[in-house]
Amino acid sequence: MSAADARRPRIGVLAVQGAVSEHEAALADVGARTSRVRSAVDLEALDGIVIPGGESTTFGLVAGESGLLDALRARVDRGLPVLGTCAGMIMLASGIEGGGPQPLVGGMDIVVRRNAFGRQVHSFEAPVDVPALGDPPVRGIFIRAPWIERVGPGVEVLAEHGGHPVAARDATRIVAAFHPELTDDRRLHRLFVEEVRERSAGTEHEEDTVVGAQ
Amino acid sequence: MSDDVAGNGAQGATGTDAVKAGLARMLKGGVIMDVVDAGQAKIAEDSGACAVMALERIPAEIRKAGGVARMSDPEMIMGIQEAVTIPVMAKCRIGHYVEAQVLQALEIDYIDESEVLTPADEASHVDKRAFTVPFVCGATNLGEALRRVAEGAAMIRTKGEAGTGNVVEAVRHMKTITQDIRRVASATPDERFAIAKEMAAPLELIEWVGLHGRLPVVNFSAGGIATPADAALMMHLGAEGVFVGSGIFMSEDPPARARAIVEATTHWDDPEVVARVSRGLREAMPGIEIGELGEGGLLQTRGW
Repeated sequence: MSAADARRPRIGVLAVQGAVSEHEAALADVGARTSRVRSAVDLEALDGIVIPGGESTTFGLVAGESGLLDALRARVDRGLPVLGTCAGMIMLASGIEGGGPQPLVGGMDIVVRRNAFGRQVHSFEAPVDVPALGDPPVRGIFIRAPWIERVGPGVEVLAEHGGHPVAARDATRIVAAFHPELTDDRRLHRLFVEEVRERSAGTEHEEDTVVGAQ
Repeated sequence: MSDDVAGNGAQGATGTDAVKAGLARMLKGGVIMDVVDAGQAKIAEDSGACAVMALERIPAEIRKAGGVARMSDPEMIMGIQEAVTIPVMAKCRIGHYVEAQVLQALEIDYIDESEVLTPADEASHVDKRAFTVPFVCGATNLGEALRRVAEGAAMIRTKGEAGTGNVVEAVRHMKTITQDIRRVASATPDERFAIAKEMAAPLELIEWVGLHGRLPVVNFSAGGIATPADAALMMHLGAEGVFVGSGIFMSEDPPARARAIVEATTHWDDPEVVARVSRGLREAMPGIEIGELGEGGLLQTRGW
């Protein structure tokens, strides 16, 4: 990749269902090129991917049957940087509570509880302090949101709310239970795209880098 | 959902516009299916529905049965809530704010103030701003959509003509809304005063639409969608997702048809996928020609 391209990395947004255009707008604001990912072939030439909010059962089913889910898992396991919000966080978890078994991307050493804050009447917004993003706190919009029950040793908690982790990261993955893409605050997307830029500048393909064992 | 944390509303501000309209954003690109019991709800979830609409009878049955159609039995709604993890919607009658209060007390995820049920108030729709739970409402044109948004609707759907398996009305309503938006967007500021009066919509919302070129909330299509190609057609016309009422469970093979409509809604602009998923679905629901219904048989003229 050329130096100019590295400054404008290509970020895919999983577009099976969910709040796709909101992430595209946020990514464009922080200087990324975006494309929609509906089939395995759409994963080619991506420098990073976003798994948006939506229904994780729909993602797993539709992406599972077409082979997209397996292809996505393989890329993410080999180190393709990924940002997941709400349902995206669920998709990246290695374990789920609060629902039956469902197809996931998995790979991040976290256990997530689905619909942890309750049904829609309990959905809420609140300021969330995210030290990695500095001041002021993020306007956290939580919609039938999950939270993180447990994190493994390789995972850094980025934010808590009500005593539960609601954002975290490991070497290649950033997850949030809330929806920065529904606000004008671009700090989390900027953090993600910066990490994609650094990674792209350092290596031609993620396959060349060694990623910590899952 | 874990009971020990449900009701923990003290986590932050509930029922804000962002929280209400936000859930509709999470439903985009998806299929919301009418279901009458837990078994159908499970089939819908296992087929990839992004939400289900719990109601006692699907619109085609309501048409056949006649009489007054009301909010569903809470017992049946709760059975569906127990059966699935995806959002559960339910319908209240137009203007029947006590039915809406009951649905909110049941912690339904979205209320459809719906013309499919018999209207309870001939003058007023529900003041939806007074609720924590978000509302979706039907519309046939931009003015109607914006009146509902002014009342607090956090999501719009075209009305179409429910229970007919005939997509022609949904197409008409979606095209009308799109054309109305284009007209507002190309109008001069002074012309927008006249348009607001003509469409009987608040000027601020007309101006918002003029500035942004779209509705202020998510817009789905509903009313008459019966095949994967119908769903893809509505997505082509600008729908952000689809409601399928009678189209699934009145067909011969509901699980296969549900699955196919979900695929066609995701891959609406890929005719090869729509062709593949449309194969071998057996019979669609029987359709009704709109002209056969007569004036009195139309549901879309309920609400104003």
